[in-house]
Amino acid sequence: MTIPLTRTCKQVIALVVAREDRDLGLPDKIALRIHMAICDTCPQFERQMLTMHNSFRQWRNYSGPDDSK
Amino acid sequence: MEKNHLMHNFEDQIVSLRDYLLKFARLQLRNDAWAEDAVSETVLAALAKPQAFGNRSQLKTWLVGILKHKVVDALRHHHREISGLESTEDDNTDPLEALAFKTNGHFAEQPADWGNPEQQASSQQFFAILEACASKLPATQGRLFLMREWLELSSEEICKELQLTPTNLYVQLHRARLRLRECLELHWFMKAATK
Repeated sequence: MTIPLTRTCKQVIALVVAREDRDLGLPDKIALRIHMAICDTCPQFERQMLTMHNSFRQWRNYSGPDDSK
Repeated sequence: MEKNHLMHNFEDQIVSLRDYLLKFARLQLRNDAWAEDAVSETVLAALAKPQAFGNRSQLKTWLVGILKHKVVDALRHHHREISGLESTEDDNTDPLEALAFKTNGHFAEQPADWGNPEQQASSQQFFAILEACASKLPATQGRLFLMREWLELSSEEICKELQLTPTNLYVQLHRARLRLRECLELHWFMKAATK
């Protein structure tokens, strides 16, 4: 049995987004890794998602300046 | 006398943070009446347990912790209204289509370089944009997104609380995340890049 491991950029972007909310299955994980290694555009999108991921974490841990009046 | 003074101060501080709490409650619940109720319950619960905090930031963290519990109660209570709305309020197009793809599924143009987020993303201004973008999402998408990113609930927990199917949840979160990406790019990252 062979598992098809090629994905288009569009499919990979959907996986990069989905990864924030669910575990990808092993074939998708491997296919994502392979695609990222050979694609010169998707890693840029992946960096954007990572930036968002980190931003949300900073946002929810930020208690704000002392805004007492 | 001294104790009385401290108590009074505690009450004043709690009340002065009402608007701060309301901002989060509104963002998460997307309903002003529910948000007002959740904040009032939070304030009452806090006033019933007066205690000393070293600084205002610790007090805020404590209050937000109470608010999160009240907000989860509200979401659970209104789960039918929340999970039944998604099809009417969204245009049902996949925001993935807004990215430039060729017919073979590959990118037609390179996604933008957002620069060094560590330098930009810590500012208060950025968080204001992030909140504005989240508040512009369709209500259901916004609520589900905030449940993940503010309440930090797992997808399984969200499905259970709102009685949603995982497929339904994932479709909404996919849209929410892509719309937010678009909004942040437009209102923050591209502006920062052209400075």
